[in-house]
Amino acid sequence: MLDDLDRRLLRRLQLDPAMAMADLSEISSSTLAVVSRRLKRLRSEGVVLGKEILIDWSKLGYSVEVSLRITLDKTQSRAFDDFLAAARGIPQVIEIQTFLGRVDVRLSVIAKDMADYQKVYRELIIALPHIADIQALMHIARIKSDEVLPV
Amino acid sequence: MSTYDEIDFALLGLLSKDAEKSAGALAQQLGMSQPAIWRRIRRLEENGVIKGHRLILDREKLGFGVTVFLGIKLSGKKGVQLEDFERAVSAIPEVQTVEHVLGMYDYRLRVVARNIADFERILRRRVMTLPGAGDVEANVLLSEERRPGPI
Repeated sequence: MLDDLDRRLLRRLQLDPAMAMADLSEISSSTLAVVSRRLKRLRSEGVVLGKEILIDWSKLGYSVEVSLRITLDKTQSRAFDDFLAAARGIPQVIEIQTFLGRVDVRLSVIAKDMADYQKVYRELIIALPHIADIQALMHIARIKSDEVLPV
Repeated sequence: MSTYDEIDFALLGLLSKDAEKSAGALAQQLGMSQPAIWRRIRRLEENGVIKGHRLILDREKLGFGVTVFLGIKLSGKKGVQLEDFERAVSAIPEVQTVEHVLGMYDYRLRVVARNIADFERILRRRVMTLPGAGDVEANVLLSEERRPGPI
């Protein structure tokens, strides 16, 4: 089980994953040895799985981001497997999520501009198998995006 | 906009797969010197292409068994300041992301909860009571994968 120190360390590290051990030990008023042991344990127990980089696609020229909410034709028994395998083959798809609810799958699709998006949509997305319905949400702004867990 | 060559994209691809890969290993894979790799990573960070790092945590091990995406439509938009809604919704600790979107909803939220009962509490006490919150749709996340993108 996690104690207060683990939680404090995780809260800090979520805000700044590159935070130096010395700063962590000062903030949590623990010794370096204790902090380093805790971090090692959080890793070995699989609580901390790793780190990832966050890419700002707009800086690479992809200024359009669309969320496609997709309902699949569930009379096809392989609908999910076929759809997901094909969606993984589209480079402009940067995120795939499956749901329990009104929507079955959501794809995050990026494109350079609206003309590029239209091309991706018409040539690649529409061709995905077993789609019953698609709704699009166009991203305007990210208000909060840190994805911090309230540990 | 700055230009990036295929080595930058290859570097981003490798870092998306493993953000903790050492500069030495990256240098070897890309056939470059270690200082050259450092320079490129620093440039990508300074230009905001790599906008940050995120700690990958095992949500289940931290007690967050449920992730739900909410689509929220604001009601009677005229009287409600978007900023008020955004400020209030961003202050809810269980709300991990807030996106302003265009389409059948105005906002898309990612919410974590300990379980379904906990989610219901967050929905009723915190989300439904937000200034201007109208129609709400909930979809429970079953799986998610982040893809490397067009690199």
